Amino acid sequence: MTGPLFDITVAVARIAVFFAFCFGLVVVMTWVERKGAAYIQDRRGPNRADIFGIRAWGLFHPLADALKFLFKEDFIPDNAHRLFYQMAPMFSLAPAILAIAVIPFGPDVTVMGRKVALQIADLNVGILYLFAVSGMTVYGVVLAGWASGSKYPLLGGLRSSAQMLSYEVSMGLSLIGIFMVFESVRMSQIVAGQGGLLFGVLPKWGVFVQPLGFILFLVAQYAEANRTPFDLPEGESELVAGYHTEYGSFKFSMFMMAEYLHMVVGAAVVATLFFGGWQVPYLGDAGFLLPGGSAVAVPPAFVLLLRIGAFVSKVVFFAWLYVWIRWTIPRFRYDQVMRLGWKVMLPLSLLNIFATGLILLLLKK
Amino acid sequence: METVLFILFGAIAVCGAIMVVTRKHPMASALYLILTLFAVAALFVLRQAHFLAAVQVIVYAGAVVVLFVFVIMLINVPESRLPVERATTTRVLGVLAAGVFILESAVLARRFWMPKGPAAEVGTVETMGRALFTDYLLAFEITSVLLLAAVIGAIALAKRKI
Repeated sequence: MTGPLFDITVAVARIAVFFAFCFGLVVVMTWVERKGAAYIQDRRGPNRADIFGIRAWGLFHPLADALKFLFKEDFIPDNAHRLFYQMAPMFSLAPAILAIAVIPFGPDVTVMGRKVALQIADLNVGILYLFAVSGMTVYGVVLAGWASGSKYPLLGGLRSSAQMLSYEVSMGLSLIGIFMVFESVRMSQIVAGQGGLLFGVLPKWGVFVQPLGFILFLVAQYAEANRTPFDLPEGESELVAGYHTEYGSFKFSMFMMAEYLHMVVGAAVVATLFFGGWQVPYLGDAGFLLPGGSAVAVPPAFVLLLRIGAFVSKVVFFAWLYVWIRWTIPRFRYDQVMRLGWKVMLPLSLLNIFATGLILLLLKK
Repeated sequence: METVLFILFGAIAVCGAIMVVTRKHPMASALYLILTLFAVAALFVLRQAHFLAAVQVIVYAGAVVVLFVFVIMLINVPESRLPVERATTTRVLGVLAAGVFILESAVLARRFWMPKGPAAEVGTVETMGRALFTDYLLAFEITSVLLLAAVIGAIALAKRKI
């Protein structure tokens, strides 16, 4: 294959595969969420949908849901602003999809003698792009809340706009430490930087060099994704269903897809920045090199598989963590959310930057 | 290729900006403003100013316009009660100002149409950071103090009793 044709094929293939992976995981996550809730609350969970009598632990429920959403009546309330009402779900889903672009799914691979990065776009601005894109999510929620022309969604929309702005600040600041340690905002370089060892034993993962940054980032991310304990924009016990109360059929399903895609992408970002991305501890290009000095040779193809497998399992774990936390922790009150965001998270993230800078300075001397 | 993209995004930016001022509904104006900001960010990317593009979207599209939308939601004027702008003086002045601006940009465009050749790598995060924290450190720090003063001033104005 010639140059440009090869490039286009690679680009299209990467986009197709990574999208398929993320959306596949979204479908599975809707099932995991309900099964996980059932497991945690000692229930059975969805188990009725079947194909020719095969139930497969309720795995066909996402399929049944999708069909139901597709064939339901597409309803627009009388009070709604028609255009904005219809745009809101798109505003919700699009940023989540765009965020997939900068996530490195694996190391560079050689295809037909040329190096191919397993990442759709290795941008120079890296994480800043991610912030830019995730900052757009708020419009979906706010627009839905406002355009529905109803009280509960409006309250949900108002809550979310304040909440998301507040936590975006500490989310950005909590990552400055990571930039300082790995000296880059490029996703691929941050992952590459996490390949080394700390004190010859610990893998140099973000979570070990930036433990406080990790906790702050995780909390801020849950607030950004409107997940429990920060699901006040939805708050079903107070606001019916919050910003998407007035939505039905496929538009509602788009909000759901956006939420789960945020979880998947968020899990991938946490895995990339704080848990080494595709790095497997002690695994180099040639094989394992254990701290004791013993080495185990591993064929290159197997190394690649191990690394992609490591990334996928990290993503799956953090996606599960979202579910785990949702069914474990109750919702905050709104003033608690705001106090936590401005009076706890923000000072702590500033402290983290200062401490990181100090330690880096002392280490350099 | 670059020229095609430039014209495309430039046209989007200009059309979006016109829509911002002509739409009757404030929410529509706000959404067109986002479109314009994105198109301008794309123009920055075309000139290799990646950092500027990212910051443009984060700060303006991601925060400033959110505040606009927040205010529009809070006030929430029904469509039937939106004020009708009748002042002809403002319109005439607006058209005059637009005419001057168009003439001005035409003159400028004749002299500096498009920068020739590929853009230099000055807009990346690394070069921007280095410039900000070495050559322009004083200006950078003074600006941050100015912003801090503005924040404190805003709080002092909003809260009578602190």
